[in-house]
Amino acid sequence: MNLTEYVNNVYHNTVDVSMPAFGPELVICATIVLMLAVRLFNWGRRVDVSYLAFAGAIVGFVLALYGPAERTEIFTGMLVYDKFTLFMRAFLLLFLILFVVLTKLSGIPDREDGPDIYSLVFGATLGMCLMSSANHLFMVFVAVEMASVPSYALAGLLKGRRQSSEAALKYAIYGAGAAGVMLYGISLVAGLLNTAHMPTIALELARRYAEFSSSQLMVLALASLMILVGLAFKLSAVPFHFWCPDVFEGAAAEVNAFLSVASKAAALALLLRVILGVGAVPPGVADEPVAVQTAPRQHLADGALYVMAQDPAVAAETSGRGREEAVAQLTPVRNYMGWLVAFVAAITCTFGNLAAYGQTNIKRLLAYSTIAHAGYMMMAAPPILTLVGLDSSRAHDAAAALALYIAIYLFMNLGAFAIVAFLRNSLRSEEIADYAGLVHRAPWVVICFSIILFSLVGLPPLAGFLGKFAVFAALADGYVVASQAGVSASHLLWLLVIGGVNTAISLFYYVRVVKVMTIDPEPESRTPFSVGVFPVAYVVLLTIPLVVLIFSWNFLNEWTLQAAAQLF
Amino acid sequence: MTAALFLSLIVFLPAAGALLLAFIPSKSHNALRGFSLAVTAVVFLLTLGFFMPGWQGTFDTAQAGMQLAFNKAWIPSFNIYYFLGVDGISLPLVLLTSFISLLAMGASWSITKHVKGYCILFLLLETGMLGVFVALDFFLFYVFWEVMLLPMYFLIGVWGGPRKEYAAIKFFLYTLVGSVLMLIALLMLYFNSDLREIALASDLFENPQAAVSWEELHLSPQVTERVTTMLQPHADQFVAIRAGEVDMPGQSVHTFNLLAMAAIGQHTTQYDDALLFNWTLQEWAFLLLLIGFIIKVPSVPFHTWLPDAHVEAPTPISMILAGVLLKMGGYGIIRICYPICPEGGYNWMWLVCILGVVSMVYGAFAALAQKDFKRMVAYSSVSHMGYVMLGLGVWSVGMVGGLNPFNSDYWNMGIKGAMFQMIAHGISSAGMFFMVGVVYDRVHHRNLDEFGGLFGRMPVYTALAIGIFFAGLGLPGLCGFIGEVLVVLSVWNFSKLLAVISAGVVILTAGYILWAIQRVYLGPEYKGPHGEALTPMTPREVSIGAVLLIFAILLGVFPYHTVLRYMDATIDRQVDDLTEWTERVKHPSLEAQPEQQARATVPPTVAVVLAPVAPANVVQNGAVDDASR
Repeated sequence: MNLTEYVNNVYHNTVDVSMPAFGPELVICATIVLMLAVRLFNWGRRVDVSYLAFAGAIVGFVLALYGPAERTEIFTGMLVYDKFTLFMRAFLLLFLILFVVLTKLSGIPDREDGPDIYSLVFGATLGMCLMSSANHLFMVFVAVEMASVPSYALAGLLKGRRQSSEAALKYAIYGAGAAGVMLYGISLVAGLLNTAHMPTIALELARRYAEFSSSQLMVLALASLMILVGLAFKLSAVPFHFWCPDVFEGAAAEVNAFLSVASKAAALALLLRVILGVGAVPPGVADEPVAVQTAPRQHLADGALYVMAQDPAVAAETSGRGREEAVAQLTPVRNYMGWLVAFVAAITCTFGNLAAYGQTNIKRLLAYSTIAHAGYMMMAAPPILTLVGLDSSRAHDAAAALALYIAIYLFMNLGAFAIVAFLRNSLRSEEIADYAGLVHRAPWVVICFSIILFSLVGLPPLAGFLGKFAVFAALADGYVVASQAGVSASHLLWLLVIGGVNTAISLFYYVRVVKVMTIDPEPESRTPFSVGVFPVAYVVLLTIPLVVLIFSWNFLNEWTLQAAAQLF
Repeated sequence: MTAALFLSLIVFLPAAGALLLAFIPSKSHNALRGFSLAVTAVVFLLTLGFFMPGWQGTFDTAQAGMQLAFNKAWIPSFNIYYFLGVDGISLPLVLLTSFISLLAMGASWSITKHVKGYCILFLLLETGMLGVFVALDFFLFYVFWEVMLLPMYFLIGVWGGPRKEYAAIKFFLYTLVGSVLMLIALLMLYFNSDLREIALASDLFENPQAAVSWEELHLSPQVTERVTTMLQPHADQFVAIRAGEVDMPGQSVHTFNLLAMAAIGQHTTQYDDALLFNWTLQEWAFLLLLIGFIIKVPSVPFHTWLPDAHVEAPTPISMILAGVLLKMGGYGIIRICYPICPEGGYNWMWLVCILGVVSMVYGAFAALAQKDFKRMVAYSSVSHMGYVMLGLGVWSVGMVGGLNPFNSDYWNMGIKGAMFQMIAHGISSAGMFFMVGVVYDRVHHRNLDEFGGLFGRMPVYTALAIGIFFAGLGLPGLCGFIGEVLVVLSVWNFSKLLAVISAGVVILTAGYILWAIQRVYLGPEYKGPHGEALTPMTPREVSIGAVLLIFAILLGVFPYHTVLRYMDATIDRQVDDLTEWTERVKHPSLEAQPEQQARATVPPTVAVVLAPVAPANVVQNGAVDDASR
């Protein structure tokens, strides 16, 4: 392959294949540039950029709804573009729209800060879109950084507040440390396996697993632990959660909403990408006969680079052997990751729920609740890993459970933080004790907040139950299928029990907030206030799905099933 | 009106009423209460429609299976269906619910704080309660079961007494723990279920030896079609598939259908996989579900939420709590635990019976020791619900080993006694709480030692109250007697010791009730606080009390015509099914086990003499073995 051909290939791949699939991300970029550029002009200073941001988010969301039906690797295998990408991107951009509306209603940021803040948020969202479609460990790192760096600045959004600056600094230091460790892990993997392209890693592992020496295995295990550190930091999983309560307490509630929903969703998507990228073989990677490989390849290689990057010997060997065999070879890899994630999930969930008990600040309480929910959501990963090798349609169900949980989680946490933000504007306080008797003053807000909190507990008929039910169902399914196949999967049963126990213990601290708002008497010193019509309408609109989804969530279920169907 | 519309209307009319209440201004208290009362009255009238002859909604007492059942797709991608129906077990409870709700709403005029919120939550609660009794899809059942939690938490927590917050959260936490256990059991049962096997065992494919009627499972047409398309092409191999020689074609079809789950539990081995500690799934599921349900019953040792909740709850909510909510535990055990996990039911039968008897004795002694009138009534509920547990447990007990001649008539009697006890207790305990509430509204204390002499001040009230307390005591001729006597009689054949104890509890019951009557109603004059407030009952109060007393008498005098007639066929059928299961599955396995042990322990010479001839026959003659399968 000479240089011209190479350049042509890259050009074709970028312009004809990758760019069309990359529309929403490009719209986000364009919006950022526009928002920053408009300030250069005098007339532009008078423009309220939140409308620009809103328009950009809407255009991006609409574009994100459409996409090709098949799994495609774009940008020479750096990103993967499938239904799950589509789902996550639509999710992130929908969140972005709601977020812009929230900031407009709550008045943070002011007009002066607007362009800065929105470009940071959009930049972070761009990084999250990349996280949810990463297909290459290098991209994993870049995307995580891209999402994190703007978040550090966002945490310090409230200028001049010591707590806020402290939060930003803490976040940045933790983030830098975690990123460094993750990069080290990535370099170990790449050095040992000669590639950082995840499907190739999977094939390499499948091919060479049996011949690895124990020291090589040790290095691999270490590298995977290090990569997990980076992911755990984004997920705020125990023991890398320390930043979370402090940052949440210091940062504005709006930023918390962003960090706890978008960032967490993207981190979970990335977790899936990594564990499935390394632990399973996606369709179309290794199941083709050798002859086809030399011809221009449709799904993969439009990534011409990728074809070169892949060792021809590997390609020839794996293609003949077929995908299923490769998947079977990866069983120990999946078991290792499954136990690891299960362990972290159990600890995270339990710790988050227990630590939330003592909190008096609503944002800290919700921070621990976020940690606990990250644990519940991570519980969906081990059954996927167990089921991949046994029954892939069941594994798809399990992945869909995670997507369902994420989708419902958006409404719960965005709603909760929106209410905290509105109440902060009215009460000038974020202490739970100051919410006493609020039901008499702002009944709709309190009703919505109560519904959201009970939904976070996972109480039927509220939507939070559906997510939890789906994840628990995935655990039960994984255990039953595994035990019928004669595979030991007791960790799934334990996770199910731990998840159940956690649901019961989490009740206490959520209900405490509800109790303060509804049952406790109102302090006489409280000055009258009004939350406003639009904020209440916003909160009610976010709460309605939590109540009515139980009547018909089939569409959501089928949507997430579609999203999961192309994951592996 | 179709069955689907009729049942859905009964369940969701209160919720719709709650929505409408939001549009009534919160200042107009009487309009809010009146509207809510009208809604509960309409729901009650609708439930009376079951008795109206000659239309689609008529309940046929001769029919044992589900009636008015319908099954609509809800979340087909998760095999969840909107599946409602009534049979002889649920019908009396549905009526009890709508009846008690009506009376409790009538007793709600004493609520003056946040009336709007109260009425909305009350109606939502009624939807949840009715839904539990008619839901036949396990998921749907679970959702309804939980729907009651939130309204109940607020109804106790906002409108309750001094320690309302503690009582409300305690109630919430206990029930939530129970329902989490139920959720785990539900998921394990769901993922182990497979309709294909039950389809082959049923009459779906012209099966000469069909043990199950596919029609009676009321599966939705989509499911039937899915199973048929999966299996029909392999019709020529059915015999081999049934024998396990050929693998089942297609993928497993899970189900939440309670009837199908029961068929699976009784006719297949899908729930027999060993789990932790080598207990089978049936045993685990039975235990988890049982804990979930007996928290609600409540039974010792999970009863401690009840006295607190009752004492703190406002009067109408206490009526609902005692009259309806406790019955859900018993209903769950009879509808879900035993039919789906007969193996668990058999192996844990002593646990159930002993818990029942302990609750009876403990509840009665605790009631004797109470100084608080309402707390005494609350403990009497613990004691009385113990009869329900005992009756349900006895049900599977009459057949231990080969020693007692196996006679399912006693189960039948026990389970009917338990069901009757649930209805009777629903009437009498709601009445007792109402009577306590009437006097509490006037004098604002419940201290038993400070009452006395109410007879002179409130003669009508005292007459009604004494009647209702006698019904709770179990005086012959009143409703409490029938259930107790049926349960105690059925226990005799199983365990004479338990029978003697449970009969003895009647004396304790008489003790605390008569003593309470003496301390509250009799005596020369009332010397406690607020004596001036002891005004005669209002007509509204009299009508509620009188209706309850009339029903207490009617149920006591005509037990068959008022209650038992409706449940006979269904309970007979369920007991027959489980008897059949016991003889087909459990007895052979029990007989096999002791024999093996006996062979190991008894010297060989004796073993030769004692060895039964029949098993040898089976071994020699393979054809017999095949046919029996």
